[in-house]
Parts: sequence; C-alpha cells; structure tokens
Amino acid sequence: MSMPTLKNDLAIMVLFTAAVLSAPLWLAPIGADYPDLLQKFAIYGIFAVGFNILFGLTGYLSFGHAAFLGVGSYTAVWSFKLLSMNVLPAVALSVLMAGVFAYLIGFISLRRSGIYFSILTLAFAQMCYNLAYSVLTPITNGETGLQLANDDARVIDTLFGISYDGLPSTTLFGLEMTGYPGFYFCAVLLILGFFLSLRIFHSPFGMKLRAIKSNQTRMVYTGYNTKPYLLTAFVISGMYAGLAGALLAVTDPLAGAERMQWTASGEVVLMTILGGAGTLIGPLLGVGIIKYFENIFSAMNVQQLTEMFAFLPDWLGKIAVTLTNPFVGEGWHLTLGLLFMLIVIFLPGGVMEGMRRIAAIPRKLKQRAVPKPTPATEEK
Amino acid sequence: MTDQKNKPGVSRRGFIKTSGGIAAAAAMPAFFVRNAWAEESFINNPGNAKTVKLGFNVPQTGAYADEGADELRAYKLAVKHINGEGKDNGLLETMQPLSLKGNGILGKKVEYVTGDTQTKSDAARASAKRMIEKDGVVMFSGGSSSGVAIAQQSLAQDMGVVFMCGLTHSNDTTGKDKRRYGFRHFFNAYMSGAAMGPVLKERMGADRRAYHLTADYTWGWTQEESIKSTTEALGWETVEAVRTPLGAGDFSQYITPVLNSGADVLILNHYGKDMINSLTQAVQFGLRDKQVNGKTFEIVVPLYSRLMAQGAGENIAGILGSTNWNWSLQDAASRAFVKSFGAEYGFPPSQAAHTCYVQTLLYANACEMAGTFAPWEVIKSLEGFEFDGMGNGPTLYRADDHQCFKNILVVEGNANPSSQFDLLKVVQEVPREQVTYEPDNPMFAGGDLGPYKV
Repeated sequence: MSMPTLKNDLAIMVLFTAAVLSAPLWLAPIGADYPDLLQKFAIYGIFAVGFNILFGLTGYLSFGHAAFLGVGSYTAVWSFKLLSMNVLPAVALSVLMAGVFAYLIGFISLRRSGIYFSILTLAFAQMCYNLAYSVLTPITNGETGLQLANDDARVIDTLFGISYDGLPSTTLFGLEMTGYPGFYFCAVLLILGFFLSLRIFHSPFGMKLRAIKSNQTRMVYTGYNTKPYLLTAFVISGMYAGLAGALLAVTDPLAGAERMQWTASGEVVLMTILGGAGTLIGPLLGVGIIKYFENIFSAMNVQQLTEMFAFLPDWLGKIAVTLTNPFVGEGWHLTLGLLFMLIVIFLPGGVMEGMRRIAAIPRKLKQRAVPKPTPATEEK
Repeated sequence: MTDQKNKPGVSRRGFIKTSGGIAAAAAMPAFFVRNAWAEESFINNPGNAKTVKLGFNVPQTGAYADEGADELRAYKLAVKHINGEGKDNGLLETMQPLSLKGNGILGKKVEYVTGDTQTKSDAARASAKRMIEKDGVVMFSGGSSSGVAIAQQSLAQDMGVVFMCGLTHSNDTTGKDKRRYGFRHFFNAYMSGAAMGPVLKERMGADRRAYHLTADYTWGWTQEESIKSTTEALGWETVEAVRTPLGAGDFSQYITPVLNSGADVLILNHYGKDMINSLTQAVQFGLRDKQVNGKTFEIVVPLYSRLMAQGAGENIAGILGSTNWNWSLQDAASRAFVKSFGAEYGFPPSQAAHTCYVQTLLYANACEMAGTFAPWEVIKSLEGFEFDGMGNGPTLYRADDHQCFKNILVVEGNANPSSQFDLLKVVQEVPREQVTYEPDNPMFAGGDLGPYKV
C-alpha cells in the first residue's frame, strides 16, 4: 500500500470543507440546523478527531480525555477574564495548557498499557474533576461554574481602550462569537484539525503509531523506542481536547466541573466506537449521532409524537405514540443504549463498517451477474 | 522542466476550489441572521402566529429528578389554565389583579417544549439554547439548583429571552448574579435566616453554640452566611463552619468532629440527597439524644422541602426549617391550587411545583398587561408588580433586584404525620415585613441587572 499523497488528501479536504460549511443547509430537514447544535457538532467533532489520533492509531484507550476538555475551558474563561474577550489568545492558551496537562498525565500513565493505562487516565481525570469541584473552588468556582463578571481585569482590552457595557461577549476582532459566526469559527478549526489529523494518519509518524497498535513488542525489537511516539500522540490528542474545551467556552463563556466528569470521558469513547475507531470520518459520525440524540430526542414529548403520527388513523396513531414514547424524552438514553448495543454486536467497526458493507453490495451483485473471466483472458 | 506531479503543494485547481468554498462560507452568515435590519424587533417574536411557545427546562435525570418531575406537572397545569382548558381555572380564580382571560396569552394559544437540565449548567444551557434557537420560545423557566439557575439566567440576558427562575434559594440569584432578564418568585437564604431567627430564639434560647456543615457551592455559601448573621445577632456563637463537597454520600467524617466541638446546635446547609444523608447520619450518631452545655442538642435544616422530608423519613420529627409554601396552607389561593393539582394528578403539589406554576402565570399575566411579547415591555410590567391571591399573601416583585417579597413559612418535621404527604407542620407564617431587606444589603451587593434591550 502506497502512502496517499497530499493531492489525494486535498481532494478529501475539499469535500470535507464543503460538507462542514454547508451543514446548516443539509441538516435542516432533520431539525438540527440551529446554531447551538451545529456548534456542538463541530466542537465535539474536534474532540473526537483528536481522541481518534490516540485510540484509533495506537489502540491506547484513554478514559480521561474529558480532563483536557475541562482544562481547556477553564483556561479559556480565565483568558477572557484576565486578558481579553478576543478568542484567539483564549484558544492558543487553552491548547498550550491542555498540552502541558497531557504531557504530565501521559508521562505517568503511558508507563502502563492496556486496561492499566485506561484506569490510570480515568483516575487522573477523576482527580481533576474533584479538584475542580471542591478543592480548587477559588480557581474554578466549584459547582456554580466559572463565569464572566463585570469587574474582570481584561488587561489587553483595557490597554487598547476597549470597554463593554453590561456583560461582554466573546469576539473575534469585533465579530461576536455566538450563533452562526460562532459555528463558522468552530467549523474552520474543525477543518484545520481534521486536515492535521489526515496528515498524521498518512505520515510515517502515523504509520509508527499503527505499528505500536499491531505489535508493540516487535517494534521494540526492531530498535524503536515507542515511548516518545506514544507520548507525542497522547499530547497531540490532549491538545485537540483542549481546543474543543476552549471552543465550548468561546461559544458560551462558562466552564463547569461536570465537563471533566467520567461520563464526559466515556461519551467521547462511545462516539468514536459508534462511528468507527481508527477511521477518519467515523468519530465525526458518532458525534453527530450522539449529540443529535442528546439534543433532539431528549426534547420530544407526547405532543410532538402525536403530530408526527397524525397521518395514521386515530387509534393506530395512539398505539404508535404509546409505543414510541418510552424511547424519546427522558428515555433517550435507552434508545442510545439500544443503538449502541446493535452496532457493537452487528457492526463492530461502527457506522463506517456499515457504510462499507452497503458500498460493497453493488460490487457483489455485479460479480454475481457477470460470470468470472475465463483463465484465457487472464493469461493475456 | 521538472516533473511537477509529485511535488507537494497546492494545485491551482485545488486553490480555486478551496477559495471558492471559503468565500461562499464567509457570505453564509449574512443569509441566516434573521431580522438583522429591523430595529424594534426582538428574538422569537410570535408575530401573527396563532400560538406562542414557552420552554420548561427541568432536571429529568439525576439527583433532583423527583423535584423536576413535580415542576413539569405544575407547568403543564399552568399552561392548561392559561389556555382555559383545565378542569377548573386554578389560581386564575384567585389572582389579583388579573389580566389573563383564559384564552391563552394575548389571544394566542400557549404551547410548550420541555428539556432536561440534568442538574448541570452545561446541559441546561444547551437545552435552553435549543428552545430559543430551534423552538422559538418567548420565555423559559425551570430550576432546582442555584448554580444551574444562575447559569441559565445569564444565558437569558445574552439571548434576550426572559427566564423565570424555578426553585433557587441562593442569595446570589437576585444578588451578585442578578440579571434584567431573570426573575425569582422563590424565597432566598437571607429570608430563611430572618424568618427563623425569632423561632430559634424562642425554642433554643439566646445562648447557643452552632456548628455549620455547608454544601460547597453558591447556595451553601450564601445560606451559611445568612444563617450565621441571624444567629450571631441572637447572641449565638459560631463554633465552626465546615464545607462539604456536593454529593459526598457519606458524612460521618464530618459529623464525628461535631461531637467533640462543644457545639450544641448543628446547622445543615444541605439540600436534596445531601440533606437526607447528613441528617440521617447525624441522627444515627445519636446527636439528638446528647446533652451539651446543659442543653439538649438540636439540629436545624434551614431549607426544607417535602420531597426531602420523604427521603429522610422519621429522622425529621421536630427538626426546624423554612419553606416557601406548603400545601397544608388554608388560604383560598393555596386551597384552590392544591385542589386543582390534586384533581389532575392525585396528590398534593410540592413547593417547587407551586413556585413554577406561579411563575408561569405571572409571566403570562405580564405579557397581557404589556399588550406585547417584547421582553423589555414584559420586564417593565413585572418590575414592581404588586399582586395577591397566589398562596403567599400580598406579594411584591421588587424592581431593584427582581426578587419577590411575600410571607414565608417556618416549619418543623411532623412527628405524627396523618398521611405520607403530611410531613411538615407549619410553625409560623412569617409576615413579609420581617423578611424584607434593603436592595443594598451587603449579602446581595455587587450585582448589576444590566440593560433592558440586548
């Protein structure tokens, strides 16, 4: 297998860019075209793409990636409070800070592999969560969450004589980062992040990470020291998480400790596995599915279901509503769980495997329709 | 010339394609910004539509799910009454002054959407944004945690959509974190302190030593501060105030030191599951059977709720606390509400349900008074609104901080409940004057409501 060239990558990127930027249009029919959900798609997309660099390539399953997400958010909000409402310093600092945390946690956790590695990362993330929740309340404001205040310093803004009346919003040189502008900012970063991940997947570095996944011992015997590669992958994916955390704060300047909870770490694992770990697009599909469920399914109620089944005869409609009601609204976790079970059992490679199977159907049909070429033609 | 094919770099075609894509994308926001040119317009203006939407954002999962479920029942009931579709008219019969006609709001039928806050600020804000951006609500409401309420209230200000707080008891909600677009009907920690002071003095005397256990977040902090200032004014001494992490589960390590501290009153600034656990453990440790400094050891739970009392079982017998409202009140409005809620669901409402129901009616009534859904006009008609017949006697929505001032209750755990709902006995209905404070009270200092138009 030859390495795909930059040119092939560019073709993928053009398609990807078009798809992401036109998301508000093609998501409209399923009711997912409002700014907040679009932002969430893009932000958690970045998170999952980064997580996939570690899990998809090296096979190291981190159960503590939410810690970096939280670190990113807190750093970003502090940057808004102390430096400037401009999002660029916030994003840069958050990525750096998450990188530092990832280096420290990775340095220790990567001494072990397999389940021990997962448990170590989980333990570190829980430590971060508890610190943020109750020990470091002066920095994190505990359960209430870190928020902006009118009397924040904002040194850089003051230096340039920018003042705000009322509570300020995050800006990119004057463009407010809420609603659609916020989404496009996240989308551009998602595209850049995806491009970087694409290059990593197709680089010699990515190849070495894959080698670690397939057989680390053999790699060590050939003379490679695997530790630096693993640590680099861990730090890079931590920085992606930091970026995602920063963007959460950019689109909504508030950081809460629950972002670091183990459920948040578990969510990104679910997303990646649901979509297809180790594939490029898979994690993004997983993000789409989970966030769609969380935001749209959880909000359906009897009233809406009745409207949905209005085309059926009255009695049949009532039965349909009664049958579907437990699976929407409060029951959205149930639906998600069922879907997850079905995918893990029947499509271990996630949604991407399903797509590959569907794509293979025409080819199979063709093979059946056209008799196998005779040996004579083959010899020619 | 060298072969260009394998040289990495951007091809001309690729460059043109990409830049075209970016240009289209850059132009896109302009198509989506609604009403960017209209000056007096506001977000989610129902215009000529026949219906108007409200959003009810309550905890449906997690530690406060019971309370959230009860709040949702109350909201649904309020919508029925506003639309004139209920079995009776509920508090529309008793509210004074009343502008609502029982035909929706301003002739538009009320519809609602619901959401799950999961008792997390993040999830609550995401859910609220969905209601505002996708469903187009003109008002959203909900509660159970002050942290979550404060987070939603600041979102309300950012987006320009009114938020009617449900259950939130922290002073900060209408203190340092108050917002022009946020309104609170529920009472607060300061009021709990002011109401309980005289009762504590009468029952326990002026010479006591108090020990606080406090939930470590905005509500716990402000309640500890409020109760401390009340009890210290009585002449009590505060031995120590210990912060406990939220959701600790096991409080034994915090309760053991109380035994040897020389304190004779334990004040539990806990709520929900924390309160159930800490109170149960304190009773199991035998605190209430002890004699310290020649007095019987007492426990006080400043914020009580019937749902929590259910969880703590018989441990609550005789323990003092305060609530916003209780279903056993005998005024016409309370009876009407209990009757109407009971007819719909078969059991009496909680105080959370009461405050949420009242908030929905108040918002609807304010729109009717203003004659428009424009939020700044609705806010102006709520500010300084004086009303009666909602279960707490004459009530004022103060303009300075958007806090309601009304009678509140001091209650104690019922030793001999006559039913599974009859858990709290009203000790005193504390008059509004006793719990009123000046807007510049230091416990509420530092906030700013912000502008009417955002």
